[in-house]
Amino acid sequence: MKESSDQRRKERLDRGIKVRSEGIYALMSWRELSYLFLPRVVLIGGLLILPLAMPSMYWQRVISIVCIYALLALSFDFLAHYVGLVSLGGAFFIGTGSYIAAILNTSFGLPPILTIPIATLLGAVICTVLLLPCLPLRGVYFAIVTLMYPLLLARVIEALDILGGTDGILGIESFANRWMEQYFIILMVLFLLFGTRRLVNQDIGLVFRAVKDNDQSVRASGISVTYYKTIAVFIASGIGCLAGAYLVHLYMWAGLSTLALDFSILPIAATVIGGSGTLVGPVLGAFILVPISELLRAFGTLRIVFYALILLGFIIFRSEGIMVYGQRKYHQFEKWIKV
Amino acid sequence: MQILIYGTINSVALALFALGFAMVYGVSRLPNFAHGALYVLSGFITWTFVNSLGLNYFISILLAMFVTGIIGALIYQFVLIRIRGMEISEIMATYAIGLAILEGLRWGGFRGMTYTLPAFIEGSTEIAGISVDYQRLLVVGIGAAVVAVLWLFTHYTSLGLALRGMAQDERAAMMLGIDSDLMALAAMGFGSMLAALAAVLLLPLGNIVVEAGYNVLILAIAVCIVGGLGSWMGAVLAAFIIGFAQILTVVYLGAHYQMVVALLAIIITLILRPSGLFGRQKELEERV
Repeated sequence: MKESSDQRRKERLDRGIKVRSEGIYALMSWRELSYLFLPRVVLIGGLLILPLAMPSMYWQRVISIVCIYALLALSFDFLAHYVGLVSLGGAFFIGTGSYIAAILNTSFGLPPILTIPIATLLGAVICTVLLLPCLPLRGVYFAIVTLMYPLLLARVIEALDILGGTDGILGIESFANRWMEQYFIILMVLFLLFGTRRLVNQDIGLVFRAVKDNDQSVRASGISVTYYKTIAVFIASGIGCLAGAYLVHLYMWAGLSTLALDFSILPIAATVIGGSGTLVGPVLGAFILVPISELLRAFGTLRIVFYALILLGFIIFRSEGIMVYGQRKYHQFEKWIKV
Repeated sequence: MQILIYGTINSVALALFALGFAMVYGVSRLPNFAHGALYVLSGFITWTFVNSLGLNYFISILLAMFVTGIIGALIYQFVLIRIRGMEISEIMATYAIGLAILEGLRWGGFRGMTYTLPAFIEGSTEIAGISVDYQRLLVVGIGAAVVAVLWLFTHYTSLGLALRGMAQDERAAMMLGIDSDLMALAAMGFGSMLAALAAVLLLPLGNIVVEAGYNVLILAIAVCIVGGLGSWMGAVLAAFIIGFAQILTVVYLGAHYQMVVALLAIIITLILRPSGLFGRQKELEERV
């Protein structure tokens, strides 16, 4: 029976400092304060310094695109892991937001500072109303129906030749200067990241998670499931439309490619890699994935292959994602113990 | 008359696209988003066997179906088996595999007009004054044969019965000694072979293009959703509904709307009756 006495397993324990810094008494010590603030400061500081650290036009453009994907990934993560609606239709949000912003800018001559908020709200309303009939669906059914929305919208625009048809809408105003362009989206990412994080810890977040885990019990408590799902879809689609409206002013063009499958799939990949259900993870995942895909640009379509394989590897072998792994290492220590 | 003939042909083509997808989903509840990729891949495999290795056309078709079936089984054995039951992961993983195959083919230079498969029998005939080429007739004939063989297979062979048992109630099937993973593996293999069969039948009608992979996937999903996910006969009937609807819109509205029909069919079906025309999903599984 030598083997059984040699069997070991890993035991995880919370670090003392984590436990000490959980309550109000964390304020008593600099060490515990810095333990709490370090990850947040690194994230916020890192994001704010990024455009300064990479002053070239090319990389600044990459940062903007990363932020767009980060917003989409955030919206996907919020909807999928806090409300239980797996939406594969990120492109639908982006497309709606971008077309609204484009029309407001070219037909009504509004400046970006007005088109972006209007497109965000109006787009969120439109997306929510269009998705309303699908809200009772769940699981794979909701996923497929949302995957089809952007494809349908693209085909309809193509077939009816409306909204500029296959050429798209050209001649859209860009931002006044590129620092504004950069910091607007970075601040939006930070604001929405911490905003959604706070939201899911409020009472309403509790209801959201209840809808995800057991909608029958929510219904039994006399709470309307559809009402809360509507609110959640409104928030998520608003985030997506904001990204879309920003994208339009960045590229000065709105077209069918805003409804492409990229915008539906890439954010999900970022969420899987970053760590689902953490809200920070998806943002991190976007910051890892998009630059990698930029670096691989020389390989042509092979980069999509790489990218799909990375995603596959993460889904199979590390489905928890980087962020969950990192949080565990930060908060806990591991040791081998004999069984 | 033209509508009737081409509608039938289109419907059988759709049924062929969808049967593989329906089989995999029906047995193992795996939405195989790599279905379109396998379809295109098998077309290119056949092309390679014929043109690079110089094999006989029919032998290479059989080989290509076999190879695609093996690939499908390998995908299940090494990837999907680990994530079964996690819906998001299933969709993402199969989609990633499909993407990798399709974009890998595109990168490998498999594009352009050179990639065509020869028709089985050249030439055309006239039915009621409308010319139809033999390949299209063959599609209808073989399509009907495939449906018939599948029906016999699932009703009279022990493997087929086991697959059907899995589809109806996985736990009860396991209790009767049916190996769930083995059956899912078989379903994935057969599903991929069906995709390959559809490919070698339908690709001679045009070029082999990578983009077809995405369209085939959407059409297969449309047919399966309208017919009810997991219902094979429902899929065949839905193929006829969507097939004729498509041909009618092409005749009366224009070719642009062909895809819109399929997409609208998915959305409307899911909103009104998510289990489809013949689905027997429990109401609670699909909606609140």
